[in-house]
Amino acid sequence: MNKILILILSYSFLMGQSDDMTVQDIIKAMDNNLNAKSRVITSKMIVHGRRSSRTIESRNWVVGTDQAFTEYLSPPREAGTKMLKLDDKLWVYSPQTDRVIQISGHMLRQSVMGSDMSYNDMMEDRPLVELYEATLEGSIEIDGRDHWIMLLEAKVKGLSYPKRRAWIDKEYLLPMKEELYAKSGKLLKTSTMDGIRKIQGRWFPSRFIFKDALKRNSKGTEWVIDDIQFDVEIPEHIFLKAALRK
Amino acid sequence: MITFLTKGILRDRSRSLFPVIVVTLTVAMIILFQGFLTGIMNSMFLDSAVVSTGHVKVMTRAYHEENQLLPNDLALLNAEQLGRELNREHPDYFWTPRITFGGLLDVPDENGETQAQGPVYALGIDFLSPGSRQIEIWKLERRLVDGRLPENANEVLLGTKLASRLGLSCGEIVTLIGSTMHNAFTTYNFTVVGTFKLNLGPVDRHMMLVDISGARLALDMENAASEILGYSNTLFYEDRDAVLLRNKFNTNHSDSTDIFSPIMIALRDANQMGTMVDWSDAAMAIMLVIFLVIVMVVLWNMGLMNGLRRYGEIGMRLAIGESKGQVYRSMIVESVIIGFIGTVIGTAMGLGLTYYMQEVGLDYSEAMESLISTDIIMSNVIYAQVTPELYFIGFIPGVLATVLGTMMAGRAIYKREMAQLFKELET
Repeated sequence: MNKILILILSYSFLMGQSDDMTVQDIIKAMDNNLNAKSRVITSKMIVHGRRSSRTIESRNWVVGTDQAFTEYLSPPREAGTKMLKLDDKLWVYSPQTDRVIQISGHMLRQSVMGSDMSYNDMMEDRPLVELYEATLEGSIEIDGRDHWIMLLEAKVKGLSYPKRRAWIDKEYLLPMKEELYAKSGKLLKTSTMDGIRKIQGRWFPSRFIFKDALKRNSKGTEWVIDDIQFDVEIPEHIFLKAALRK
Repeated sequence: MITFLTKGILRDRSRSLFPVIVVTLTVAMIILFQGFLTGIMNSMFLDSAVVSTGHVKVMTRAYHEENQLLPNDLALLNAEQLGRELNREHPDYFWTPRITFGGLLDVPDENGETQAQGPVYALGIDFLSPGSRQIEIWKLERRLVDGRLPENANEVLLGTKLASRLGLSCGEIVTLIGSTMHNAFTTYNFTVVGTFKLNLGPVDRHMMLVDISGARLALDMENAASEILGYSNTLFYEDRDAVLLRNKFNTNHSDSTDIFSPIMIALRDANQMGTMVDWSDAAMAIMLVIFLVIVMVVLWNMGLMNGLRRYGEIGMRLAIGESKGQVYRSMIVESVIIGFIGTVIGTAMGLGLTYYMQEVGLDYSEAMESLISTDIIMSNVIYAQVTPELYFIGFIPGVLATVLGTMMAGRAIYKREMAQLFKELET
């Protein structure tokens, strides 16, 4: 009898663990899963256009949330193109023109390589906890897994998505689905993730799917993570503007 | 009978000279006005056709739906073959591919860093193909302010306002920042070889012209085109022909279930030009009716005066047994002959004047000096236009008004009292 009681209590404790988390805890846990001190990613972006799909391969070096360097590996027209993000500045180097061009102003709203992601999406990877006030709207079961539904409202000005709604897996603590809204409440973008794997002690998706809700008939963009390493040493010189031309 | 009446008209100058002069001047005026109006409207249509609409143009159905966004991802593929087919099937028109795109022009400093940047509205035009008429229809040699025309794919012309805003002069390199037809980020270096001034309002302010081969390289659009524009060989926009061609092409080539199938639109379908086309047709019809009424009233009055002058002659003819109907009919035949002679002379005169104004034009640049900064899309020199309809259009008012005027004036014949004739003739 005691054994059964202990078993029931233990089960309740295990099951109830994530439900006991505060909203702040959940966001911090998501940030911890998605961000790291540093990471090196090899990925491919599959852009599903209205006529055909294109696959763009790249390698990224990221330190914290302020420094990122991307080199495109293929297709041939894109190969050699490099991007450098330092704080709120973004430069693109194109080998065809041998020019380093700063992307700013309305250019940041443009699509990256024809995908459903904008440069702004690339720029805004500060921890959610710093940017949004969160409200828990409820729980829901999706595909047999428990999720929280969370509404995030901007607490800083100038964000691309002042409002977002996330469906957070209670075990993985990752936003499996997100709807990103304008201040007016208009849906701008959706994103989903799948293929969750445990990498270096954290849950991380192997595929993201972004869809620009403003693009009519958009078939979305897949971002497939082929390889990711967290907390690796990245030499400082990668994040110098001079590295763009190398 | 006609010979008899013709001899009478020619021998009695007082009976024919004034009516013939009136008809001649009126018909000449109508033809000149019509030629001028057609010329002005056609010049406006041509400006629009050259910059964006063509007399007709072909694009994909999907591009047509979103054309305001310049969606080059929906461009026509295999454009060269489609162009060749159009040239073969519709030889009355010449066909040319066009790529329309937007982006940013970035001017580098000596270190290759951004010195100036500004939005650009660019057109990839087929300047360099052998036999291309694009330089002619753009009148680029005349509109070039500085430098020379492009000679290869990497050379561009900039609007003078854009060039001065970016501080550019001939020989400098600019980088286009834009999107390929796959919506990928692209940058491409061009050399500025000249500046031009179109006086086409806001379009001119951000305009860059490049050969289509350069646009294709920059935007990764090999053998693709946003649109294929068609211009009538005479450069004269004939709405009915264009609409017929559009309908025929769309019936044979366009598939409403395939968003990438080609669709043709006529100039009237683009940018609310249809209203302009209809307005010009209506304006010409109204003008014709007004002239007809005025001429008819003048000739009616002239017929009345003739009736008074020929009062005795008509009375005599009735008295010796000619019926009122016969007299009335003979006067109408006389008016037809007068109208015909006047119209022939008037048409020749009107055509001569119209042809002169077609070649020389009316330059009102000085009068328009204050309006140049405004957004009016109009040429500073207006030209008349000789069209086939000018050869016969004068016959409608020339003959009809003379006949109607005579018919109204001739009603007096039926009011003559037969019993009073001899008494009237005695006095």
